[in-house]
Amino acid sequence: MSTIADIQNEIVAEFEILGEDRESTIFYIMELGETLEPYPESFRKEEYTIQGCQSKVWLVAEEQGGKVIYKADSNTDITKGLISLLIRVLNHRSPKEILNADLDFIPRIGMGNILGSQRSNGLVAMINQMKRYALAFQNKQNA
Amino acid sequence: MFIQVNSIRRLFPILHQEVNGNPLIYFDNAATTQKPQAVLDTLTYYYEKDNSNIHRGAHTLADRATRQFEETRESIRSFIGARESAEIIFTRGTTESINLVAKTYGAKYLQKGDEILISTLEHHSNIVPWQMLCDQSGAILKIIPISDTGELVWEEFERLLNPKTKLVSIVHASNALGTINPVKKIIEAAHAVGAKVLLDGAQSTSHLDVDVQALDCDFLVFSAHKLYGPTGLGVLYGKRELLEAMPPFLGGGEMIREVTFEKTTYNTIPFKFEAGTPSIAEVIAFKPALDFITSTGKANIHRHENDLLQYAVELLHDVKGVIPVGTAAEKIAVFSFNIQSMHPFDVGQLLDAKGIAVRTGHHCTQPLMQRLGLEGTVRASFAVYNTRAEVEVFAQAVAKIASLKNK
Repeated sequence: MSTIADIQNEIVAEFEILGEDRESTIFYIMELGETLEPYPESFRKEEYTIQGCQSKVWLVAEEQGGKVIYKADSNTDITKGLISLLIRVLNHRSPKEILNADLDFIPRIGMGNILGSQRSNGLVAMINQMKRYALAFQNKQNA
Repeated sequence: MFIQVNSIRRLFPILHQEVNGNPLIYFDNAATTQKPQAVLDTLTYYYEKDNSNIHRGAHTLADRATRQFEETRESIRSFIGARESAEIIFTRGTTESINLVAKTYGAKYLQKGDEILISTLEHHSNIVPWQMLCDQSGAILKIIPISDTGELVWEEFERLLNPKTKLVSIVHASNALGTINPVKKIIEAAHAVGAKVLLDGAQSTSHLDVDVQALDCDFLVFSAHKLYGPTGLGVLYGKRELLEAMPPFLGGGEMIREVTFEKTTYNTIPFKFEAGTPSIAEVIAFKPALDFITSTGKANIHRHENDLLQYAVELLHDVKGVIPVGTAAEKIAVFSFNIQSMHPFDVGQLLDAKGIAVRTGHHCTQPLMQRLGLEGTVRASFAVYNTRAEVEVFAQAVAKIASLKNK
């Protein structure tokens, strides 16, 4: 299985093909959002939301065989695309791998610049929440 | 006379730049307008040559700063047709102006059971201060409903108005939809039951003639930065007899006549409401902004902006998936819309990729969005320096985005 670093390198290579054109980059991110698995409706509740200023995110995680499985959704297509990237990198990893992951693909593809400050803050909130789930599973494993 | 838009654009240095590889198209004028060179020059000149505290300094610089500061007050008086410049109070913005009235006039005169009337169209800044006042005084907030086109329902307004109504605080032109309210009629009807009227002119003062004596409004509030002026500066107009009867807002320097530890007496208006050192540079630099509007002519500005609005409506009328929001008969140049199956935030980001600046979201009017059953809208708002060519680029970009989800 590819490592977190391998997948991040893949993503960076894909974004390099898009070049500097911001519109095509955003269109691509929106397309990625369409690949997200359907979000389980029973978890579409306030306690699973990460509140941004304009976009809303639902995130839930479970542990299967020592690996973390994330499911997430958003009410905006661009944010869905961002979620799909994070899930691609972090899904089916051990809590330890997730907690140690340096998500350097985000600065490498210039995401902050593409997204602007509102969505970048949302992205940080999403990553923090994913790591909190991983920490909870790790604590459970160690208990 | 018609607008010579290219000559006007030359006065605004910020417009001449590329954003994300495209010429900037600035359609977020309802949030804030850009500043002409004369405003920028005045700010710089003030700090280079005249900077000094006003009203008390016994030296030449203080005298120059004070004179210019008071000249702006006089310009504003003339701009809104007030009787005297003492009726012009400087604040930090529309929000502070409304809070000032709520905390002074409201606290003194509104009692349990009294009613304050606002509308569904209001900005949060014309909702929350009254809710706070109602919490403290026991007064009751009543809401004038709107129709699906975004216009006040007149019969409901008349029905809500009664002798218990002490204050009507109403927006002149809606920031989210552009609707122009029939404020002259509203003020007459409110006065007939003995209510005072506060007019929120944040959006109207840059587009429409607003004459406080002709309208006979009791208070008018607005912000300089939406009138091509600096940020951090607002205006409260109030009728002299009201301002004199109101208790002070903030305590401190400038607002006093005499201070002893036993008793303090207050200064006369307008100074009674201007505690502390004001935004001197911004006040002084607001005058060239007002001069720009006056010399261009409000009627010309309104005609030009309305032409841009009608053009945008026409170009996007038949585009599949584009849903205009707010279709009142009388509007300032605000084009609010949604795209079927898309979130406004995504639409805004895609327009930004093309160098087009718009606002997305609830526009600080959440109750209005709830009434319309929307999470938010995309809002393009036009100013005197915008062009038909920009509207065309915008319409093409919107049509392309709409086609993504509306084949």
